[in-house]
Amino acid sequence: MPIIKVENLVKSYGNLTAVDGISFEVEEGTIFGFLGPNGAGKTTTINVLCTLISATSGKAFIDGFDCAKEPSKVRKSIGIVFQDTTLDKDLTAYENLVFHAYLYGVKKSEIKTRVHDALNFVELYERKDDLVKKYSGGMKRRLEVARGLIHRPRVLFLDEPTLGLDPQSRANLWGFITEMPKKHNVTIFMTTHYMEEAEVCDKIAIIDNGKIIVEGSPEELKKTVGGDVVSLRTRDNNWSRQEIKKMFGIDAEEKDGELYLTTGKGDACIPELIRGLGDMVLSVKLQRPTINDVFLKLTGKAIRVEDVSGMSNIKEEVRAYRRRH
Amino acid sequence: MEFNAIYVLVAREFKKFIRERSRLVSAIARPLIWLFLVGAGMSRLVSPAGGMSYTQFIFPGILGMTILFSSIFSSISIIWDKEFGFFREILAAPVSRLSIVIGKGLSGTVVSTIQAVIVLLLFPVLGLNLGLLQIIEVLIIAIALSFCISTFGILLATFYDSYESFSVIMNFIVMPMFFLSGAMYPVKLLPKPLAIATKLNPLTYGIDALKNAIFPVEEGPMSADFSLATDMAVILILSIAFVVIAARLFERKK
Repeated sequence: MPIIKVENLVKSYGNLTAVDGISFEVEEGTIFGFLGPNGAGKTTTINVLCTLISATSGKAFIDGFDCAKEPSKVRKSIGIVFQDTTLDKDLTAYENLVFHAYLYGVKKSEIKTRVHDALNFVELYERKDDLVKKYSGGMKRRLEVARGLIHRPRVLFLDEPTLGLDPQSRANLWGFITEMPKKHNVTIFMTTHYMEEAEVCDKIAIIDNGKIIVEGSPEELKKTVGGDVVSLRTRDNNWSRQEIKKMFGIDAEEKDGELYLTTGKGDACIPELIRGLGDMVLSVKLQRPTINDVFLKLTGKAIRVEDVSGMSNIKEEVRAYRRRH
Repeated sequence: MEFNAIYVLVAREFKKFIRERSRLVSAIARPLIWLFLVGAGMSRLVSPAGGMSYTQFIFPGILGMTILFSSIFSSISIIWDKEFGFFREILAAPVSRLSIVIGKGLSGTVVSTIQAVIVLLLFPVLGLNLGLLQIIEVLIIAIALSFCISTFGILLATFYDSYESFSVIMNFIVMPMFFLSGAMYPVKLLPKPLAIATKLNPLTYGIDALKNAIFPVEEGPMSADFSLATDMAVILILSIAFVVIAARLFERKK
């Protein structure tokens, strides 16, 4: 049985349809990536799944519990790391986690061990008695991940976990995230608009304008935009092309003095190429399709990394809707 | 109701209260300024009947003021929590809205009662004579009034999302509440429109209850305006109403 099941979910604010009839399933113990540009409906979907807002229509289940009818049970089985920090900056890291443990009804006798384990996992144990306001952005995010695990959820939601982090903290955080399904027996549901981050997911769904436009493993999705491209410069392109045809049965294209061949497994064919062509080869380059290429192909546009004005319009509209109702 | 959540909300508030020395200092300085600067000055101008000094007369009012400010301040911190995101951590937890409101209400009650007790200890300095029974009575009233005002503050906090609204609340709600409460002058001496406004103010009944407890046998214009039973009934009914309405309003997110 899938741990998350969404059927025909719709969420609209007046005329604005933030989520437009999406359906998907997430298998237990996997990392599921929910991708799309800002304002595509990712956070709205998370908010429905976390029972923070109610859906206009459609159904959502987590661990078999109905998000609309059994919010309390759903809340107990999930952990959330929001886009913006939700830590109490005037408390220490340790106190923030203890607060969370009490809030989620963790048994008193277990609180200490769980908090210690969580702090150790994200390597913040040494700094546990520092006030959170002294933490860097990366440390805060790690602390929030640790907090999300305290009550042993079945699913951990990460909404843009690496947003605003420097590359080093980002890589560091990814280390913890990819370890989590095995180490903490938890399913990860994450959103991101950094396409390259989605590569670590077991399954990806790409959402645009409230609709899921494609779903599959990163490998499957990349296949839809063609395979890897190996480009090479040689001393004699004509001779090399004939040799390549003989070796792989592929016609290499020649562009600007370089040969391009498209293949399923680019990395595996490079050694063979070099063995076959010998010292005719001057240089070899491997280009692999990215999830960004998938998005580009399906929507005809690149993912907007920071479309601030568009986003604030949507937020404004949602706020206005809430005021009216 | 989740007692674990109520407990931890109170524990958090208490911890922060102890940690923020400046909050404690200013909370104690304010009543001192009123009692010894305003009170002492006004004593030269007005001399209440019954051999009471003006400073003595405003003592229940200043206790009420201490409770008003510290309770509202504690509850309004919800707006800070909203602004800095921490409130989402609370709202996303498997905890009923009723528990959150009661937890925050009790948080305000604890820190506000502590401050009221500190001010109460000044009574010998003002030449007042309070017996043990009266002190216990004042303590009970302080707890009930603190809870009432705290839950009223929570109700206010549900309407605001950013801390810019803090000065609006202070200037247009808290200060008028203080001046229209019978703290500085007896309600029965006020002109009719003001007297009506005063009767709609929950703080009036709290201060009146304190007057009942502190000046039990006083007669004349400076005496309490209502019976202690009326005061306590109003405070309790309003507390329940504030809790129920605030819990409802937290649900409204669409």
